[in-house]
Amino acid sequence: MERIPILKMGKFLIVSIQVDMHDELALALQEDLAEQIVKTRAKGVLIDISSLNLVDSFTARILGNMTAMARLLDAETLVVGMRPAVAMTLVELGVSLRGIRTAGNAEKGMALLEAIVAQQAKSNAPKST
Amino acid sequence: MPPKVRDTFTVRSDHDVVTVRQKARQLATELGFSLVNQTKLVTAVSELARNMVVWGGGGTVRMEIVKNGALQGVRLTFEDHGRGIPDIEQAMKDGYSGGSGLGLGLGGAKRLVDEFDIVSRVGKGTRVTITRWK
Ligand SMILES: Nc1ncnc2c1ncn2[C@@H]1O[C@H](COP(=O)(O)OP(=O)(O)OP(=O)(O)O)[C@@H](O)[C@H]1O
Ligand SMILES: [Mg+2]
Repeated sequence: MERIPILKMGKFLIVSIQVDMHDELALALQEDLAEQIVKTRAKGVLIDISSLNLVDSFTARILGNMTAMARLLDAETLVVGMRPAVAMTLVELGVSLRGIRTAGNAEKGMALLEAIVAQQAKSNAPKST
Repeated sequence: MPPKVRDTFTVRSDHDVVTVRQKARQLATELGFSLVNQTKLVTAVSELARNMVVWGGGGTVRMEIVKNGALQGVRLTFEDHGRGIPDIEQAMKDGYSGGSGLGLGLGGAKRLVDEFDIVSRVGKGTRVTITRWK
């Protein structure tokens, strides 16, 4: 079966969704991502949806699931590149992206992810007294 | 002038859902729909086609171009012969799902189009008709 590729870049995983996903493909991505986070011990995940010209309630649910799951596995997720028309449609559809962090493009997303992960490493470090 | 039927599709799987939303996109593009207008229509199509597959056991989608004076639009009819919806008012409510969905499909689809009509009979099936004007 075809799969959405997951790339490793430093401490991060990058998922670039380039095709109009059918539901099974989206579910497979969710599973693959969990597996890769554990395997690579990635601290952050960047999901690029700039190629998607449609995000419906199912896709939105999958994005939310991936974010929640990554968090449980100690990785932060950032969704980047949402098209304006898609954002406007999601609002009217009534999908809340609460809990999902977003950034305008991959470059900004990467910088933000670096900052979030660094911040967390600091607050998780044992305090020296 | 009666509406011109462009295409009828059988929708049984999540692959068919992708095909039918792409066809709807094509038609809306041909008619010169704005990007936002296209995206709203296609997202509604995706929700209703998926409902047919998940809840209605599959069905057909009819796609046509409609005219009202100088106005042009796209009308789609989703028809299945599945279990039907016992309480449409409840099903339309945001957050109500008969399963593990977000329960946004029906209410959301209605908000994304200009005209929305739903007829359902328990044990007989469901028909949803939507229209979006250019
Ligand atoms: N074609 C259909 N045949 C039978 N029941 C349906 C059909 N479409 C919708 N329903 C019923 O109406 C409910 C609400 O549909 P709706 O699309 O709003 O939410 P959902 O499909 O459960 O979740 P979501 O679309 O947010 O993923 C469904 O859970 C289902 O019980
Ligand atoms: Mg639905």
